[in-house]
Amino acid sequence: MHSKDQHRQLLEVVDLKKYFYVKKGFRKQEILRAVDGIHFRLDQQEAMGIVGESGCGKTTLGKTILRLYQPTSGDIFFNGINLSKLSDEEMRRIRGQMQLIFQDPFSSLNPRMKVGKMLDQILHSHGFTDPVKRKMRSHEIMEKVGLTPADLKKFPHEFSGGQRQRIAIARALILNPKFIVADEPSSSLDMSIQAQILNLMKSLQEEFDISYLFITHNLSAARFICNRIAVMYLGKIVELANCTTLLKNPGHPYTIALLALCPTPDPDRRIEKVPLTGDVPSPVHLPTGCRFHPRCLYTENLCKKEEPSLIETEPGHFIACHFHRAS
Amino acid sequence: MNDEDVIRINDLRTYFFVEEDVVKAVDGVSLRVRKGECLGVVGESGCGKSMTALSILRLVPEPPGKIVSGQIYFRGKDLMPLSERAMRKIRGKDISMIFQEPSASMNPAFSIGNQIQEVIGFHQGGGRNTVREKALDILRAVQIPDPRRILSQYPHELSGGMIQRVMIAMAITCVPDLLICDEPTTALDISTQAQIIALLNELREERGTSMLFITHDLGILSWICTSAAVMYAGNVIEYSDIRSILRSPLHPYTQALIESTPRLDTPSDRLKVIPGQVPNLAHSPPGCKFHPRCHLAKESCREAPPPMTEKEEGHWVACFFS
Repeated sequence: MHSKDQHRQLLEVVDLKKYFYVKKGFRKQEILRAVDGIHFRLDQQEAMGIVGESGCGKTTLGKTILRLYQPTSGDIFFNGINLSKLSDEEMRRIRGQMQLIFQDPFSSLNPRMKVGKMLDQILHSHGFTDPVKRKMRSHEIMEKVGLTPADLKKFPHEFSGGQRQRIAIARALILNPKFIVADEPSSSLDMSIQAQILNLMKSLQEEFDISYLFITHNLSAARFICNRIAVMYLGKIVELANCTTLLKNPGHPYTIALLALCPTPDPDRRIEKVPLTGDVPSPVHLPTGCRFHPRCLYTENLCKKEEPSLIETEPGHFIACHFHRAS
Repeated sequence: MNDEDVIRINDLRTYFFVEEDVVKAVDGVSLRVRKGECLGVVGESGCGKSMTALSILRLVPEPPGKIVSGQIYFRGKDLMPLSERAMRKIRGKDISMIFQEPSASMNPAFSIGNQIQEVIGFHQGGGRNTVREKALDILRAVQIPDPRRILSQYPHELSGGMIQRVMIAMAITCVPDLLICDEPTTALDISTQAQIIALLNELREERGTSMLFITHDLGILSWICTSAAVMYAGNVIEYSDIRSILRSPLHPYTQALIESTPRLDTPSDRLKVIPGQVPNLAHSPPGCKFHPRCHLAKESCREAPPPMTEKEEGHWVACFFS
């Protein structure tokens, strides 16, 4: 690793795996490989998108990085500290610097707690002992996310979906984190509200120098927020590149298909033929060789036998395909 | 009245009576779907798009809901005076509907075969073997692999995309004149979504089924619909063919909606935002319901609601200043 990279780098994930053990029948157990060997780095102030269909392990990846799930194996370096080796107590102390925004603002806020109390409690448990300072900080953060200090006295049910998501963002931001995992933060919201939340996330990132891991199935939203995008399929990253490269010169057949299928409001661009057949296979019974081969249009014998590794085909552009099509 | 119209809705009002409030979910909607056409109804949640669809089939939960006034002409015949018994003959046969959450709209306790054969048996009758053959045929038509096995399976054994195919199969077995689709792909993955849209497109082209397609996604709208009606707070505010709606929208709400969608093909630094939020339908603002959020709003917008006027040929809009 170069020393120049080192001081800008915030997060490095090395061969991260998270397996779940699913009971089958009375004694038998099966392994669900939700996250299966993920490598990537995230710089300070960078936003990286994790894009994929449901069941590809993107949410599990986010939660494992924050140690909400204990990783099966692999390392997570955050500011040089290996999170996978920390005890729960040490993890609790560091958690102020890394936060999570959930998809559904209706289930992620405690319905019995006023917003003010919720924020106050967070500050209190992270060492803000002075009640006046806590109050000032709560007021400040509410204004930053476009709400008013008067809203602190309300319960979550008094807010609309968009406002609740703003509260969730306030809660994530209040401890001045360096890193936020945003798990589909706008997908449960209405169109006009979605734009408000995406704009807010973008301007907060610029203001507070936050790094985002932006988990979504919506490529257009990822393109708006992110500098780089990683496409996941069945627990693995199949392609990783900066936005422009990924859109202009995608190399993995899965990325190419996703891009073709991304709905764009353009009456001249209708899908004639769907380049993806079938459903995503179960992560319990993974296909042999390349995980994408049963759905790939270009499968050859090698794909069925050997799993391709993620290779840098040009600077910053990683593809996991034996026969990648990037020029 | 035009012979071409499969369905024509005239000034439909569906209200919900909740405690002291009257929630005007559908407040004077007029629409038409021509033969072989796919009309997209687009709008944010709570704009009344689903309630319009449920009103056509008379499936509005009553009470608290009630169709207060309006006419719904299906192939020239008014559906409003029909009895519940007569409506049941129409549902699933002449007009059928597919819903958003495919797994929630199937009965988990009965096999797929059981549920499809019930529909066919009710509307078409016939012996057990004929009904079964018909069920297999229709499953093949929606490109389900190994339909024989599917017949004996239960909804929980199938993926979301498969169940949605089964739902479509059930909806089209009786060759309906109108197929109402209420966000049929929202719960599905990108690849499955594209497959379902392609299937619906094929149905429309091959069988000439007319469709009323409800969605909140402008991308999906542009893929499947031939014309579109934009709804806001219980009203249709713009209606035209799909190209004019997306390329040259006239209503400020439609314009903002299109500009607020992040796009894959054009990078942007900030998205256009519509200030404020959708009004509470029990206390909607007087005059044009969009005026509190509109940048064009003047005094007159507050006084009376703008009528739908034909600004360009076939392009209707409800705005004084567009």
